Amino acid sequence: MAKGIRDKVAILGMGCSKFGERWDCEADDLIVEAYEEALKDAGIETSQIEAAWFSTAIEEQHVGKSGVPLAMALRLPYIPVTRVENYCASGSEAFRGATYAVASGACDIALALGVEKLKDTGYGGLPQRGRGALNSMFWANVSAPGSFAQLAAAYRAKHGVTREDLKKAMAHISVKSHDNGSRNSKAHLQNKITEDTVLKAPIVAEPLGLFDCCGVSDGSAAAIVTTPEIAKSLGKKDLITVKALQLAVSNGQEAQHNAWDGSYFATARAAAKRAYQEANIDKPREQLSLVEAHDCFSITELVTMEDLFISPEGGAVKDVLDGFYDADGQVPCQIDGGLKCFGHPIGASGLRMIYEIYLQMQGRAGARQRQQEPVRGLVHNLGGFPHQNVCSIAIIGKHGA
Amino acid sequence: MVGIGSFGGYIPRLRLSRKAIVDANGWFNGALRAYAKAERAICSWDEDALTMAVEAARDAFADRPRDGFKALYLATTSAPFEDRQNAGILAEALRMGTALNTMDVGASQRAGTTGFIAALDAVAARGGPVLFVAAEKRRAPAASPAELLYGDGAAALILERGDGVVKFLGSRSASVDFVDHYKGKGREFDYGWEERWIRDEGYMKIVPPVIAGALQETGLKAMDIAHFCMPCTLPRVVQGIAKQLGFTEASVRTNLDGLCGDTGVAHPLIMLVHALQEAKPGERILVTSFGNGCDALIFEVTGALPAMQKARRGVVGSLKRRKEETNYSKYLAFNDLVKMERGLRSEVDKQTPLSILYRNKDMLHALIGGRCERCGTVQFPKTNICVNPNCRAHHTQVDQPFSEFTGRIMSFTADNLTYSPEPPAHYGMVQFAEGGRMMIDFADVDSGHVEVGMPMRMVFRIKEVDPARGFTKYFWKAAPLGDEKEV
Repeated sequence: MAKGIRDKVAILGMGCSKFGERWDCEADDLIVEAYEEALKDAGIETSQIEAAWFSTAIEEQHVGKSGVPLAMALRLPYIPVTRVENYCASGSEAFRGATYAVASGACDIALALGVEKLKDTGYGGLPQRGRGALNSMFWANVSAPGSFAQLAAAYRAKHGVTREDLKKAMAHISVKSHDNGSRNSKAHLQNKITEDTVLKAPIVAEPLGLFDCCGVSDGSAAAIVTTPEIAKSLGKKDLITVKALQLAVSNGQEAQHNAWDGSYFATARAAAKRAYQEANIDKPREQLSLVEAHDCFSITELVTMEDLFISPEGGAVKDVLDGFYDADGQVPCQIDGGLKCFGHPIGASGLRMIYEIYLQMQGRAGARQRQQEPVRGLVHNLGGFPHQNVCSIAIIGKHGA
Repeated sequence: MVGIGSFGGYIPRLRLSRKAIVDANGWFNGALRAYAKAERAICSWDEDALTMAVEAARDAFADRPRDGFKALYLATTSAPFEDRQNAGILAEALRMGTALNTMDVGASQRAGTTGFIAALDAVAARGGPVLFVAAEKRRAPAASPAELLYGDGAAALILERGDGVVKFLGSRSASVDFVDHYKGKGREFDYGWEERWIRDEGYMKIVPPVIAGALQETGLKAMDIAHFCMPCTLPRVVQGIAKQLGFTEASVRTNLDGLCGDTGVAHPLIMLVHALQEAKPGERILVTSFGNGCDALIFEVTGALPAMQKARRGVVGSLKRRKEETNYSKYLAFNDLVKMERGLRSEVDKQTPLSILYRNKDMLHALIGGRCERCGTVQFPKTNICVNPNCRAHHTQVDQPFSEFTGRIMSFTADNLTYSPEPPAHYGMVQFAEGGRMMIDFADVDSGHVEVGMPMRMVFRIKEVDPARGFTKYFWKAAPLGDEKEV
């Protein structure tokens, strides 16, 4: 059995651009904005970076293919640059690439940077795009909200929850994320909302209303990683290290085999189990200080709390309504506003979540800083559809924890 | 002898209120008000002559095996393709194999009966069975009487040696280049002439001698006919012909005007199927049609018919399965009769790579998935490695058709974001009683009336249309089982 990634790689520096409708920027402007913060935070020069991983998901809307756009934007000195894409979990993939490179000893310092410029389609929401030539000929006409909305139908059927009760719990999730976003100057949406606003909003895909859906944003985030030894040699104290990096990818079982009931993420459960093992966590409800979940839709966050084994199965509605995941709750979820309010520039999202955990661990999160000092944070980054997806889980924590 | 071994019918569920049409267009043409009562059948946005033909043929097939057919003829003047055999797509969707003679018949409103006679002749000469399907979805300009009188629908007949449920007694035809209307090459709509001339010089002079000839050929008299099927929406024409030739008043069958409307090439067959659902053994049926001449065919019902009458949806069942549509604008949009702002999301390139379509035609047109020969798991699509986590055998999948499976909704949504010609787009995961599942578009559902657990059947429908290249893509969707069958 492999020993895993725990405490082998430290985060040397991180950066994140302002997320939102960045009408005045090209993707390379956002890349540089995130990178300069990360570089300054790491206290190194570009010449010390030995390899880079670059994540974008809908590259045809902005930079195009390959690692070249990153190398050009940052004038990287002919080092290896790999472009990665894995649906909305792309940002976590860039982080995984850089982390594994350092852990393997192949390089000392590596960069993971993600960017997405989504606001140039001419309409709101994610860009309509092909699913692959054959898939486009038979897949249902699914949108992101339409596919995730189905979690609600299946969850209700399985747990006997009324539409009203589920809508109320989903509304609590969105109200909480807007509250948190209002304390985050980099967030796309910084306005507070009420439960009434959420419940009365127009329906996007039944039962998801407008405020059950995250925004589509422009933005970039970056991480520079190295070994704990090098981090210390560069003068870093109180290191933040990687505890677990897991990825589970659907193999068609949920979409084609009748074992899955549609109310949860089979991938998230598999990845969470492995991640807890890798991070040496056996009671996630007690041992996690913070969670950044992939709250593309309120219902996703709700069922994910069960898939991460924090809420018992069928118990997320109660935990959500009890405020367990609020900023002042036991395990705050989306303390930065999440995808819902910080925003969702796809290629950057996984890195943005790690950025938040990283800031919180160091007490650098400003107005939204968690009062009780966090020790371990979990990043859940998901891409695709409930019946066919990619789920990444990263656990970040204080070195040695 | 040659006979009809089975029959089927399909009329789309949506019935456009004629009052809604007249309310919209009566200001322009006051004469339309005469038709302001009752309704006409209209296709949903994802139905056309081909999809209706599939439904009518499935009704005719019922549980009967689909192999061994000698030929398949499709009659229509509203085929989706001008040069790509529409009957060939139909044969694929129906899983009839490739060893059969397929043919499109069209170019005249008489095509439904001329094709029918040719199919009967083919059975007589070379044996059967032969599947004959007529389907029609004619477009008409806004504010035209045709818009009120036309309807959409399809009928299917399986013809074979022997007496069947109805035996063919004989026919007579006349070819006359009488141009009551025509549609020129590349034209969107028909161009027609004055109704009084069509009635007096057309119907009243061309039809009677052909019917008289058919009666003479079969050795029958007019009073021997129990069911006189003749499509014609001009007033007093059919009654006039019946009176002139001595048919009883009771034998003149309803032309279904105000129910489904005049379904063009399909209409003589739809009237025949309608008659077959009510006829008694020993009764004789006359089917005529008019269009650049006239055809008349005579049949006699056998003792085998009653057993089949209740086992088919046919026209009677199709008429019962009905949803009123009072939104005329929706009809205009479905039929591309008005310039719509369809939004930027509709602009995605919809090109169909023809090589991929051909390679996957069994899956896309016939809804064939896989069944693992080792563990028995059925799955869609068919793949190299079994989806069953306890099996995972390689290369053990054999063809498993899904089109006649019924299933239940496991999860679904009504999506207002994704582009659909009829928002919200309904789709979801359907799990089949026999095993297997698919995330699939829904058809014929009503917003607010879809539920987890609802029983569904599969229907062949338009997936989308590529407007830039004029290509219609087909795939299967899940539709409410309703009262069609029990799961």
